[in-house]
Amino acid sequence: MTSERPLTKDMKPGGEALSLREYERVGGYHSVHKALRMDPKNVTDLVTKSGLRGRGGAGFPTGSKWSFVPIGPDAPRPKYLIANADEMEPGTFKDRYLLEGNPHQLLEGMMIGARAIEAEVAYVFLRAEYVLAGKRVAQAIAEAYSAGYLGHRIFGSELNLELYLHVSAGRYMCGEETGLLNALEGKRANPRTKPPYPQVSGLFGKPTIVQNVETLANLPHILNNGADWFKSLSRTADAGTKLYGASGKVKRPGLWELPMGTTMRELLEEHSGGMQDGLKFRGVLPGGASTDFLTEQHLDVKMDFTETQKAGSRLGTGTMIVLDDQTCPVGMVWNLEDFFAQESCGWCTPCWSGLRWAERILGAFERGEGNETDLEKLTWITSFCAPGHTFCALAPGAAEPLQSALKYFREDFLRHIHEKRCPWR
Amino acid sequence: MAIIYIDDKPHQADAKQNLLHACLSLGFNLPYFCWHPALGSVGACRQCAVKQFRTPDDKHGHLVMACMIPAVEGTRISIHDPEAVAFRAGIIEGMMQNHPHDCPVCDEGGECHLQDMTVMTGHNYRRYDFPKRTFRNQYLGPFVNHEMNRCIQCYRCVRFYREYAGGNDFNVFGIRNTAYFGRYQDGVLESEFAGNLDEVCPTGVFTDATHKHHYTRKWDLQFAPSVCVHCGLGCNISPGERYGTLRRIVNRYHGDINGYFLCDRGRHGSEFVNSDQRIRQARLRRNGQLQAVSKAEALEHIRQVLTSSSRVIGIGSPRASLEANFALRAAVGERNFFAGIFQRELRLLNRVLDVLRNGLAPAASLREMENSDAVLVLGEDVTNYAPRMALSLRQSVRQGPMAMADKLKIPHWLDHSVRELAQDSKGPLFIASIAATRLDDVASETYHAAPDELARLGFAVAHKLDDNAPAVSGLTLEQTALAERIAQALRSARQPLIVSGLSCHSTAVISAAANIAQALRRTGQPSRVTFTVPECNSVGLALLGGRPLEDAFAAVRNRAADTVIVLENDLYRRASVQDVDALLLGAKHVIVLDHLTNATSTKAELVLPAATFAESDGTLVNNEARAQRFFQTFVPQPDVQESWRWLRDAIIASGRQDFAAWENLDHVIASMAVEVPALAAASKAAPDATFRMSGAKVPRQPERYSGRTAMLANIDLSEPKPPDDPDSPLSFSMEGSPDQPPSPLIPFAWSPGWNSYQAWNKFQEEIAGPLRGGNPGVPLVEAAAQPQQEYVRDVPAPFQPGDGEWLIVPFYHIFGSEELSIHSHGVKQLSPGAYLAMNDKDAERARLRPEDRIEFTIAAISYQAALKVRADLPQGIAAIPAGIEPLQGIQLPDWSRIVRVA
Repeated sequence: MTSERPLTKDMKPGGEALSLREYERVGGYHSVHKALRMDPKNVTDLVTKSGLRGRGGAGFPTGSKWSFVPIGPDAPRPKYLIANADEMEPGTFKDRYLLEGNPHQLLEGMMIGARAIEAEVAYVFLRAEYVLAGKRVAQAIAEAYSAGYLGHRIFGSELNLELYLHVSAGRYMCGEETGLLNALEGKRANPRTKPPYPQVSGLFGKPTIVQNVETLANLPHILNNGADWFKSLSRTADAGTKLYGASGKVKRPGLWELPMGTTMRELLEEHSGGMQDGLKFRGVLPGGASTDFLTEQHLDVKMDFTETQKAGSRLGTGTMIVLDDQTCPVGMVWNLEDFFAQESCGWCTPCWSGLRWAERILGAFERGEGNETDLEKLTWITSFCAPGHTFCALAPGAAEPLQSALKYFREDFLRHIHEKRCPWR
Repeated sequence: MAIIYIDDKPHQADAKQNLLHACLSLGFNLPYFCWHPALGSVGACRQCAVKQFRTPDDKHGHLVMACMIPAVEGTRISIHDPEAVAFRAGIIEGMMQNHPHDCPVCDEGGECHLQDMTVMTGHNYRRYDFPKRTFRNQYLGPFVNHEMNRCIQCYRCVRFYREYAGGNDFNVFGIRNTAYFGRYQDGVLESEFAGNLDEVCPTGVFTDATHKHHYTRKWDLQFAPSVCVHCGLGCNISPGERYGTLRRIVNRYHGDINGYFLCDRGRHGSEFVNSDQRIRQARLRRNGQLQAVSKAEALEHIRQVLTSSSRVIGIGSPRASLEANFALRAAVGERNFFAGIFQRELRLLNRVLDVLRNGLAPAASLREMENSDAVLVLGEDVTNYAPRMALSLRQSVRQGPMAMADKLKIPHWLDHSVRELAQDSKGPLFIASIAATRLDDVASETYHAAPDELARLGFAVAHKLDDNAPAVSGLTLEQTALAERIAQALRSARQPLIVSGLSCHSTAVISAAANIAQALRRTGQPSRVTFTVPECNSVGLALLGGRPLEDAFAAVRNRAADTVIVLENDLYRRASVQDVDALLLGAKHVIVLDHLTNATSTKAELVLPAATFAESDGTLVNNEARAQRFFQTFVPQPDVQESWRWLRDAIIASGRQDFAAWENLDHVIASMAVEVPALAAASKAAPDATFRMSGAKVPRQPERYSGRTAMLANIDLSEPKPPDDPDSPLSFSMEGSPDQPPSPLIPFAWSPGWNSYQAWNKFQEEIAGPLRGGNPGVPLVEAAAQPQQEYVRDVPAPFQPGDGEWLIVPFYHIFGSEELSIHSHGVKQLSPGAYLAMNDKDAERARLRPEDRIEFTIAAISYQAALKVRADLPQGIAAIPAGIEPLQGIQLPDWSRIVRVA
């Protein structure tokens, strides 16, 4: 099947970034001219119509998110648009590809977003470890400024947009929308209460949109090609293409731009080349570490926001982590929970107390010290950290691989108990 | 009001509040940690989870945090839902993972909110079987002890310290289950309100470091409702005693004044009660030496003195109760009663009273100050002069930005959302003072100048508001523009406030503040005013009347009087050595009543041991002219008694048997009401000694007061009868009515299941609102219905720096300037030494360098101090610390040359 790859089609084979000149040669920044001729509201309407949903993991409809931003002369100023490039979800490396390979595409998308919400200041909030991406984004910003595409009266229009690169200090919480805002303000990256949502009280108390890199990168193409085209890219009701990834012991781990709704089986068998020789598939975290395991029975699920949720997990970032039969599922979850316990900001009790507790219990299992009561405790912790029980989505996300591991790999937990050791060691 | 349903029963709730506030106000026991009635909601601890149902038919429901949900009409929640109950126990379980099992040796034990909430949720069995995380503790100064292992990460401390009190040397470090609350390194906490961490912390991370030296559990302390004596604001306190020593002071909630917080001077300034310097027996000078004598001998001596004297004069005190001052007046006669302060101070106090009586603007309570949306501070360094007020003014700057929150429908209690929206925007607070203050960080603008210039600015503001107010000539452009901005801010405010007071010692400054209030009123914008006063009963003394101190000096100097009775007043702190020596040595007989040996008492012929606030009852009048009763916490050693009792005994000894009718405090108050109509209302400050609840007195001791039969068993095996208290409806016992007493009689906060300070929830009409039956105290000043409309017209001339002379002004220090608190070790540690501060350019011109030893001369007496150079001091002004040895007894402001000492 041939399909369009708007986000990645212009990427250079060697992975170098497109320069401004190269980017413009393939039609870059064309959509901004179009957007500048449109009423901001019409830009939002177009994006709403396109069915674009946030690619950061939550899948919130982008146009709908923008529609809450106050518009017009009475709106508080300045308004902010922020590209969330703090890609820290374990197993996820899709934004990195976009940042390193085509930073101008992101900037163009940010200009569209800024036009739609009338933002005059924009930030790229970048993961600290993405050093190469940092260089390339900085270079792209410099190029855009010197071409007059950023700053005062961009493209000779009424629109002003100052755009800054901000490199994060490096915490998982900085990628949470409101934790990011606090971090950008120079405060602890604790999450904020919602409501009020950032659309009305965000960065420095002003209306703000925080949008994932991949989401923003889609905007120029939607502007250029229209909503219907965007919908037609997908195999399901969720529009567009998706950057899917696979890591784990598959033959060809990697990243592919494919139609939204591509099945897990296709990703696994065609694009990843199947499991490495001698290994069997046991399960997969479909969208990063903070999603529920899916197993063999789910391989034909169409990976979009709606269908993955129906299967009992989440599309998340769309970058799957594959578990094979010679890797201990308990050990894998232990590793993940250690990450989440470590990255808890320490604000709400279920998260800071529950995740470390879970990590310690899982460690005990791996040492052969787990018992049946510990299984009850782990189950309790997953419900303790359920959505709504905690302040933000970190702990519920952390609970997802654990609760599903307890469901699908219970036998493996029991073997640890009965054999008083990790059977894979 | 809204109807909300709690476990299917309808209840009335304030729709502007959250569900936790509503549940607690309704008397439900819903546990919480991160929420605090003064700090609002942040949703961190997740302890107050309840089940919310969307509709009456919703049987499933979902957990919500009660503190984060508005109590709007029709809200349906369940506190008793099993999932909610289990979740709340789970939160405690999570917090308890790392919490040490050290309750028996923890200072918080017995009044620990964490203990209470643990019991409330029913969590009792540990399932976490891994090692606990541990921390290194820090030295945080003399007042606050640090024990981080006990931390449950509720974030209250850091929210109070940084967001509420404006401190910046304390923070939370680290993340996950190892968040660390402390300073970046060991060191004294800089905030003057750090001591509140003891009460803000729901467990034993922050405890009272001074209490540790003579620790007693809350349930073993004997308490009384009391009033702080360390400044003029009248914050309510609960002193606690055991074995005849005062162990600690904690906050006693007062909805209009101190609310939930005290300053560190109030909390830690009362060690003088236990001081080695205490006068515990009468002392009579024999052969040039003061020697201990019995009470009878002392009274016999008084009889001889009083019956043989030609004229006896009495010198009262602004730190003694109304009753003590009145008893002195009764002993010597109105004509011979002197107020114990100079004419200058008396005039300022009377000016303040004139303004309050005139009714131009009502006196603002601290609570009302918090709600003011535009404030002008004229002349005051509030943090150092009336410390608790600074905390209230700091909250006032949040009022302006609340309009932004209202626009977005963010409830005021949703604390972090309001702060995230408001960011650095602050309501207008203008501070015009002699030099920088500790509130400047939240001020919209500051202005530093000489007192006369501050007054001129104030007059100019009044003129900007109303053309009829006197104009000020010769203003600089800068002053004119500033006055315009201040006027504009006050004019457009909902509830403007003008803060002024006595610390500048300038009538003009107070008059300027009055003119502004008047101008606002005339232009249809009612405002509030508040004036700071120096001492705990300055206003009471001014209301009582009496002649100024210099007249007392003159009376002795002119031989018009031969005997002087000095009441609780170290005159050497007020007047020069020459003047006081002349008085004390010139008089034939000097009788001193006081708590502590001081320069004055050592010169006396007879010294009488006067009970401190902790050992006596009486009435103090605060800066709003609110009369409040303080009650005796414990019975002192036999010879120590209330000043009024000593004076009554003296009067009787001198042959006036009718005073035998003064059997208890109520009789003194009744007599005072007749003699001094201005003080008549003081009798209503608290129920009198005959008051009973269900026929019983109010117990001073908690129900669990232990060791009653054993405490004195080393002296006598039979348990002594509790002492009588003829003066109040309180008993020195754990026995008494279990009912809640009227607000002026609440000795300590306790309610079943609520052993910590959070028990105040149970004493309020509504959470954080007034105490049931109203907050304690009665106003003594009635504002006139028809205010006098005349403006003060004597605007001072511009300040002219002297030629080779400086105007020396006193600078007050929260730690050090107050007479009694300096006897506390921590206060002493934090007090500055003697210094003279001047502007850097002035110093340069005078060829003086920092730390130079300099000399200045006031009233022909020379004083030495080290030079400090401060750029924030106006040129031509020099400042010395008030009340700090040896710079005492200096009447300021005054002019002096300043020279380097070779």
